[in-house]
Amino acid sequence: MTDNTLIFPVLVHLFTAIVTLFFWRKTVSQRVISIMGSVVAMGVSIELFAKVWTGGILTLQAAGWDAPFGISFVADVFSSSMVLLTSFSGFAVSLYSATGVARGRMLYGYFPIFHFLLMGLNGAFLTGDIFNLYVWFEVIIIASFVLMTLGGRKAQIEGSVKYMAMNILASTFFLTGIGILYGITGTLNMADLSLKIGALENRKLVDITAIFFVIGFGIKSAVFPLYFWLPSSYHTPPSAVAAVFGGLLTKVGIYALFRIFTLIFIPDDFLSTLLIVLAIFTILTGTFGAVIKNNIRRVFSYLIVCHIGFMIGGLGMYSEIALTGALFYLFHDILVKTNSFLIAGLIRKLRGTMNMDKLGGLYAEYPLLSLLMAIVLFSLVGIPPLSGFWPKIYLFEAGFMDHHYLLIGAIIIGSFATLYVITNLWAKVFWKDQTTATGEELLTDDFKPMTRFRKALLVTPIAFLAAITLYIGLGAENITLVVQHIAREMKDPSPYVEAVLGTNVSP
Amino acid sequence: MNSTILKTASNYLLPILLLFSIFLLLRGHYHPGGGFVGGLIASIAFVLHSFTHGTDATLRLLRIHPGSLIPVGLGLAALSMFAPMLGGQPVMTGLWLEEPLPVIGMVGSALFFDLGVYLVVVGVVLTILFTISQYSE
Repeated sequence: MTDNTLIFPVLVHLFTAIVTLFFWRKTVSQRVISIMGSVVAMGVSIELFAKVWTGGILTLQAAGWDAPFGISFVADVFSSSMVLLTSFSGFAVSLYSATGVARGRMLYGYFPIFHFLLMGLNGAFLTGDIFNLYVWFEVIIIASFVLMTLGGRKAQIEGSVKYMAMNILASTFFLTGIGILYGITGTLNMADLSLKIGALENRKLVDITAIFFVIGFGIKSAVFPLYFWLPSSYHTPPSAVAAVFGGLLTKVGIYALFRIFTLIFIPDDFLSTLLIVLAIFTILTGTFGAVIKNNIRRVFSYLIVCHIGFMIGGLGMYSEIALTGALFYLFHDILVKTNSFLIAGLIRKLRGTMNMDKLGGLYAEYPLLSLLMAIVLFSLVGIPPLSGFWPKIYLFEAGFMDHHYLLIGAIIIGSFATLYVITNLWAKVFWKDQTTATGEELLTDDFKPMTRFRKALLVTPIAFLAAITLYIGLGAENITLVVQHIAREMKDPSPYVEAVLGTNVSP
Repeated sequence: MNSTILKTASNYLLPILLLFSIFLLLRGHYHPGGGFVGGLIASIAFVLHSFTHGTDATLRLLRIHPGSLIPVGLGLAALSMFAPMLGGQPVMTGLWLEEPLPVIGMVGSALFFDLGVYLVVVGVVLTILFTISQYSE
């Protein structure tokens, strides 16, 4: 059924961005508007999720042009839960930015661009048209270029050149893929594509087209071998920005992969093997990178790469259990990765550095804060019953059922390496005594002299996301219901196609 | 630039170009033209003026900083997109007046969207160019 509520998450961010533009250079008003906008977006997303969960798939034909000719917006459980998670992360980051981002950056339009980025993300999750998906990706990368370069330090420019070059390359592949797809099917509507691709005789051509999408989205979500831009650019912008990038930007690539490879290109043996091999290498490279790095944010950046591999592996196995595991991991990962970059930012505020060798003694000085961070870090590792643990059970189960032992091995190595990295980080940053001999002048505590209100603005978003992470871990059976529902919809996309095209297409 | 011919010409070209840009804006829905092209032509008019009279003179002529046109234009475009939803129609549906207005022709929500684009383009182009020229002076 057509319902305008499904476009609200996009519109709320659009209007928030416009209103903050009216308050150009008035940073206090911008902060207030941004937080209010994020709260509204959260309310709207919760409403959308509730509507979709109880009432089934919602569609909206933009401007009233019917599918497959107009642009369709579709909210199924998958997209609406992604929108919901985005709104949680967005709210946390917007709150954190109020004190965590330098005023100089706000003067040059940090908040409007931040909301344009969130608008792009929501649009990408909700669109049902593959070319429109490309347009939303462009919105996202343009906004992210600005966020990444805002401030103009040398390291930032260097990181963003790599980021920009790789993303433009990815967009080119993506666009070429769309061109070929349009050439062989004559449609751009994803539901319509789902039917027409299935009916094509020339499977080789379909596979080749699929490769374009694997490369395009693979670069965007930092899959091996084109992952290197991520660790070399994510540690440069301010932590609030890195949190959005780490939590959401790579995940929108994963979302697109899941969408395209369950709706349009159903993985056959060739694609399935390709995705699994890519997953194995992605996990291993991410792992090795994370183990040797010493800067907290670089470690987290490599862990993103490593954990992207888990999800790609789940997609590659393409059984209902594997998809359940991969999706569960995706949900957990969005919140935890956002939060871990916020934590890295907070540690920097506490100590003035992110180098693990120079840090130490945080637990002795801030025991409660350290415990809060521990929840997030141990969720990242997946210590039961925290949230990272449950999806791995599904992934292992799926791997053993379909005999993907190499992938299981890689996931085990990845998990152990994550464990090693996080315990190492915990030992060095929180338990080890503060070494004052090496770099005394570097260690400045910006946090202590802050007012209680500013402290609360920094800690509340971390606590908020940690609470949701705890819920995902402890209330895993509810999340399982949602992801199993999505996995079923992915294995049988006919409800999606029927909802968009409004016809009965069951084979 | 100190050329009398250019200076004199630009004084006459400014209103003509602005008029032409509005013509393109109104023509745009079914024919080549529209907010983007119209906005570019309008900004060319001001850029030409700033070439001959200096950026400060053009800013005085504009009275407001071009950057403040961006949110106005964006807001106008977003509202024209949002308006059909108040009547319960899908977002971005074109709403049209029954009868064409004299001179302007058919008026609908698409015109306001184009007007928004026009303002955004003028705002963005002038902000970029004036920022560069003020830094280089």
